[in-house]
Amino acid sequence: MAIREIDTSLLRDAIASMAVEINHTLPADVERALIDAKSREVSPQGLQVLDELIENAGIAKEGVFPLCQDTGFAVVFLEVGQDVHFLGANLKEAIEEGIRKGYKEGYLRKSICHPFTRKNTSDNTPAVIHTEIVPGDRVKLTLVAKGGGSENMSRVTMLAPSDGWEGVKRFVVKRAEEAGSNPCPPIIVGVGIGGTFEKAALLAKKALLRNVGEPSADPEVARMEQELFEAINALGVGPQGLGGRVTALGVLVEMMPCHIASLPVAVNIQCHSARHKSVVI
Amino acid sequence: MLKQEDGKWLLSAPVADEDVMQLKAGERVFISGKIYTGRDAAHKRLIEALNRGEASPFDLQGQIIYYVGPSPTKPGQAIGACGPTTSYRMDAYAPLLIEKGLKVMIGKGMRAQTVKDAMTKHKAAYLAATGGAGALLAKAVKEARVIAYDDLGPEAIRELVVENLPAIVINDVFGADLYEMGVKAYRLAV
Ligand code: SF4
Repeated sequence: MAIREIDTSLLRDAIASMAVEINHTLPADVERALIDAKSREVSPQGLQVLDELIENAGIAKEGVFPLCQDTGFAVVFLEVGQDVHFLGANLKEAIEEGIRKGYKEGYLRKSICHPFTRKNTSDNTPAVIHTEIVPGDRVKLTLVAKGGGSENMSRVTMLAPSDGWEGVKRFVVKRAEEAGSNPCPPIIVGVGIGGTFEKAALLAKKALLRNVGEPSADPEVARMEQELFEAINALGVGPQGLGGRVTALGVLVEMMPCHIASLPVAVNIQCHSARHKSVVI
Repeated sequence: MLKQEDGKWLLSAPVADEDVMQLKAGERVFISGKIYTGRDAAHKRLIEALNRGEASPFDLQGQIIYYVGPSPTKPGQAIGACGPTTSYRMDAYAPLLIEKGLKVMIGKGMRAQTVKDAMTKHKAAYLAATGGAGALLAKAVKEARVIAYDDLGPEAIRELVVENLPAIVINDVFGADLYEMGVKAYRLAV
């Protein structure tokens, strides 16, 4: 296989334009899910909220105001084909330059600060970058703008193997219940089961990249998604926590084997403002 | 000031005790006139100033605070997207502000019991605006100017002039909590 050369400026420019685009355009599956949710909602206040969110998506698409004032932490997933050779600025620098450019020129909010002094870095960097080497000569670039309100409601736990599926279910449903009105419901719930402590969290975040409303290809996982979806929507939290049947637009689970001693579970809560997009270069 | 027009509750500052007494959990309210923004860092600074005996950058008496850190303002616009931020992070600071005369807080998400107690004691209310509807809510903001802590960027205190900013009463002075009422009304047995 021949080596393919890619200038990192391509990635920089793609990131910059995606930053602006995702903050103005809800993914089609999420917008669809909001519209479909109206047929499940029985609470008048819940219906009112769903209408407002659909209207909000329409206004944001006009390109003046972003969907939400919290334009997120930039999380980047990079799948790099092993036959790719990068030219130009180093990869991390190119990606962060794209973030700087997109957030500045797009009038997006800079929300990243020092943990203790709380001094803002003023350009929405650093980004969180997850890189994976895959076969082939292409690069798949995914940008997520992750809001703080829903990220704050996320949790990882290490259950005992004897806790089993019932334990996992209890943990996930309880998380949605305790999060309540905080993460701007309706939410999308990303669940990672298995792996290690950090891998479970990564699986949960990756689950959120899947389309809402499309069950997992693994029938066992799809059944778990359905069961969690029903249990979470029975909680009564509803849109914005004002009460109702639509607490979650979807539950997306990713699972992998774990250590004989462990049962790691992570819940990554995503608000309805589920901003992400991928391009292949 | 609170009045009812065509069946709609219209609220503006200054807000009196009698106004707050009429705001019941579950009511939709439309806010007009001057309100102030403030979130984590501004609250921290404000409370530190008050604890040192300094004056607040704006008179808290009868005022409305909106927990928001707007996105940057584009040329020709009054403000950027400006939906509410999660309120519990202001719980540590809110009781003192309520004691000093703050009447209405707008945010999203549940409040601590200490805040609810302060609201009952000093007659204040907590309202929610729709979280994640920042573009829609921006349409209700007519003017915005930074009045304090400019260096905090999105977290600076701004004076906003709003017109019919929609919100819903979550906690009233009688101890009712719409979040609790909502879950109770719609929870299904599983
Ligand atoms: S949780 Fe999501 S929708 Fe709500 S304010 Fe944060 S980013 Fe916006």
